[in-house]
Amino acid sequence: MIRPELRQNVYIRGDAATPKFRVRELDLFYGTFQALKSVDMDIEANEITALIGPSGCGKSTFLKTLDRMNDIIPGCRISGKVELDGADIYAGGMDVNLLRKRVGMVFQKPNPFPASVYDNIAYGPKTHGVRKKSELDDIVESSLRRAAIWDELKDRLKKSALGLSGGQQQRLCIARALAVKPDVLLMDEPTSALDPISTGKIEELAQELKKDYTIVIVTHNMQQAARISDKTGFFLLGELIEFGGTDEVFDAPREKRTEDYITGRFG
Amino acid sequence: MTFSAFKETAMKVVFAVTAAVFILCVIVICVFIFARSVPAIGEIGLFEFLFSTEWAPNNTPASYGIGTMIVGTCFVTAGALVIGVPIGLLMAAFMARYCPKPLYKVMKPMTNILAGIPSIVYGYFGMMVIAPLIRDNFGGTGYSILTASIVLGIMILPTVIGVSESALRALPNTYYEGALALGATHEHAVFMTEFPAARSGILTSVVLGLGRVVGETMAVVMIVGNSTALPDSLLDGVRTMTSHIVLELGYATDLHRGALIATAAVLFVFILFINLLIVAIRRKGRAK
Repeated sequence: MIRPELRQNVYIRGDAATPKFRVRELDLFYGTFQALKSVDMDIEANEITALIGPSGCGKSTFLKTLDRMNDIIPGCRISGKVELDGADIYAGGMDVNLLRKRVGMVFQKPNPFPASVYDNIAYGPKTHGVRKKSELDDIVESSLRRAAIWDELKDRLKKSALGLSGGQQQRLCIARALAVKPDVLLMDEPTSALDPISTGKIEELAQELKKDYTIVIVTHNMQQAARISDKTGFFLLGELIEFGGTDEVFDAPREKRTEDYITGRFG
Repeated sequence: MTFSAFKETAMKVVFAVTAAVFILCVIVICVFIFARSVPAIGEIGLFEFLFSTEWAPNNTPASYGIGTMIVGTCFVTAGALVIGVPIGLLMAAFMARYCPKPLYKVMKPMTNILAGIPSIVYGYFGMMVIAPLIRDNFGGTGYSILTASIVLGIMILPTVIGVSESALRALPNTYYEGALALGATHEHAVFMTEFPAARSGILTSVVLGLGRVVGETMAVVMIVGNSTALPDSLLDGVRTMTSHIVLELGYATDLHRGALIATAAVLFVFILFINLLIVAIRRKGRAK
């Protein structure tokens, strides 16, 4: 359980401005195993929210609840509330496909489709009904520009995306997610498979993108969380132990367990 | 030499001999077919043999043109693919991505049984069920290109389903997840993402089916009508190269026999070409 004073703190933050995501008392079960325990969190628009914690703590699971990618996991049950701009995304009438259009996701391992760079970016818009070649061309270019990879790829649009380096593939995947014009970008350890230079580029990109998007990033890399995020949430065994401004969480954690994890005493 | 080293050498010899016997078989078949057919083709004339539609070994002068049989094989093959491939691919998609587990446990063995049914049983089924259906509904004798296409289309289902299904199953989950994360529906993710991603395996399944149809003999000879005239419609009977050989080889002599073996050579070239196609598809799939 989260200590009452902490929960209060979260509520106050949430009320200051309308949050992008408002999560309340979220429980999640895989079969009989409880992976998330009464998580409360407000995720603000145009901020980077980092989720940290040891492996298996539930941070990736939590991320997946935000675009309902956990739906495809058999035996996964949920209770509690997840609101996006005030609308419960687990309510009956919610169109999951439209939700996932609004809430894009970038995976741990770059997963471009085995097709050309162009077709990778155009896939999303085509899925949602864009047919005109000129419009698709525009989307491809603007998405690649936003992902800061246009200059590298503009001459290779027709080449297979699988021939790109890991870092390029990951930025391509970010561009692919941006092509459907989402509000939110979820990133599940997006740099864990990349070298430091590519990692730097992705971090820079995230900073740039937060002007227009809400970004939630799961990371194993504490320095990364400290470097790029505005808010940090620390998960442990399915509980959100601490959530607040990144500076506070890293410099003056309220919880002993947070401090222990951040200073490397366990995890 | 220690015992284990001896054992190793002995096994190496066994494997080498086995491999040699196998390769020898292929070579012997090649040599036999071509050695017997080249003189016959020389006598008939290659162009005449392949493109003449006149097959009359008993006439004087006799004519040995297998153009009709080549056309027949092409028609029946195309028909079987038109019928079998769409159904097979949809079935593969169903089995790999839609089918609930309990149903899968029934369906998978059923497709395997379909693969194991002897071709004469398929032929009998064609004669007793499909041919009368065609005769009653569309006219003609019932023994036709259409009948053979339907039966052969069913016969290639297990191949198309099995190979395509495993191609789909071999895909990493990441394509599906990636598509879903972009807001694609399950259908869109399966047919617009996973199918293209598995295309080399799926193409292979089609070409394997093609090979099966081209080479199929017993079922075909029972239902295809075996007329040596060029067909006017799908309801006409034709002869395929395989049914042609099996119908006449028993009593043919001299040049007649040579012409039939030469037909086998043409068939052999067809199959060789199909195998090369599979190799090319696999190579292209790997290069990706």
